[in-house]
Amino acid sequence: MSGFGNAFSSSIGKKFIMGITGLFLILFLIVHCFINALIFINDGGLTFNIGAHFMATNWLIRAGEVVLFIGLLVHIFQALRLTLQNQKARPVKYAVNDGKANSKWYSRSMGLLGTLLLIFLVVHLKDFWVVSRFTGIPTVDANGHEDLYAVMREKFQDPVRVAVYILAMFSLCYHLLHGFASAFQTLGWNHSKYNGLIKGFGVWYSIIISILFAAMPIAVYAGLIN
Amino acid sequence: MSTGNMNLTLKVWRQKNNNTKGALVDYKLSGISPDMSFLEMFDVLNEDLINKGEEPVVFDHDCREGICGMCSMFINGRPHGPKDLVTTCQLHMRSFKDGDTIVVEPWRAAAFPVVKDLTVDRSAFDRVIAAGGFISVNTGNAQDANNLPIPKMQADAAFEAAACIGCGACVATCKNASAMLFVSAKISQLALLPQGQPERYRRVQSMVAQMDAEGFGNCTNTGACEAECPKGISLENIARMNRDFATSKFISEETV
Repeated sequence: MSGFGNAFSSSIGKKFIMGITGLFLILFLIVHCFINALIFINDGGLTFNIGAHFMATNWLIRAGEVVLFIGLLVHIFQALRLTLQNQKARPVKYAVNDGKANSKWYSRSMGLLGTLLLIFLVVHLKDFWVVSRFTGIPTVDANGHEDLYAVMREKFQDPVRVAVYILAMFSLCYHLLHGFASAFQTLGWNHSKYNGLIKGFGVWYSIIISILFAAMPIAVYAGLIN
Repeated sequence: MSTGNMNLTLKVWRQKNNNTKGALVDYKLSGISPDMSFLEMFDVLNEDLINKGEEPVVFDHDCREGICGMCSMFINGRPHGPKDLVTTCQLHMRSFKDGDTIVVEPWRAAAFPVVKDLTVDRSAFDRVIAAGGFISVNTGNAQDANNLPIPKMQADAAFEAAACIGCGACVATCKNASAMLFVSAKISQLALLPQGQPERYRRVQSMVAQMDAEGFGNCTNTGACEAECPKGISLENIARMNRDFATSKFISEETV
């Protein structure tokens, strides 16, 4: 590995890591959203539980889960490092700084949005991941699969939890609105013929994925899913 | 000179030197002409201060025609004030209203220490250029222009990058005090031309290393730099620099 020098410790290298892990998490969200959207089949959770059972037992997925956690932790750790460095780069703050004149508020608030998402993730992992992987799902469905669907229906009867999930999806949407196109720019994938596509796809991706995720607790709480 | 009718309140950052703390000081100005440039308005203020026996406000300026990159005021929260694509010297008082309060601060970045009042030391930029922002050729007679055919699009992009005057507005406005727009413009103007190719990947490594050593922050792609740049330098240059940096680290066999 000699010759790579400061490839990942330089400012641009650190941003590469943010971009790569960010895109990886974006890909993960697609898988996560697709499996969860199986609840909308509305068959009492049978299909959803097949998906959940597969995700919990397939060895490739389990190995991927480890990579996912590493990716997430690296994304968080690197963000903290970069934020601390960035704060040191301007020790005396401006008395007046008109940020809204030149940039979007969410592009300047990625740290705040990310922190909100991290708090949500702790709640979310405790709600479902810990239950399905460790403490165990109490019941089984008609197919004999662990009934994660029942756990979900029970959790989303709590209006406070539903509200937390919806608010978190707003954070997710704005985090992605900046993060998606930003990752491409950081990795140098800027091309006049594709920029429109990247930006446009990023906006649609952010909105659709956040709405789909938010629709799940809403649908369960509203009794639209049985 | 003061033949106008504008009354203004200025809140100007006064700081003796980099070892002392500064503070905003209020000044009332009257009779300001809307046709004055922002710097001429400061000249009026300084004449007043000198007549009163006070220290005039120190600020950077040179050509006063928008091309040298010396002027550097952070006006009401924006570098070079409220207008797009102009430097402070090309900003005129007609861009403000009678009775306005205008807050004027220096560029704020660890890499740009305050020298005095509104003047900051931007020699960090010079050191970044010295690290690789050049081509190593012996000078001699000018070659025939057709010796090196350059596509028009390429030449235009290089020219647009070369329009950077190194004023530091990008650093000043960036929430992270990052110098990526400046450094990427200085890398791009050479990376886009045939003369820049022999040292292309060595250059990007050296200049990025120097940029980091100077203590500039890291880019978060907010786009504030591009929006505030008086010369309209594009974010494409940052992407190009990132691309070249990746190539230099992972593909090129040359290490610096």
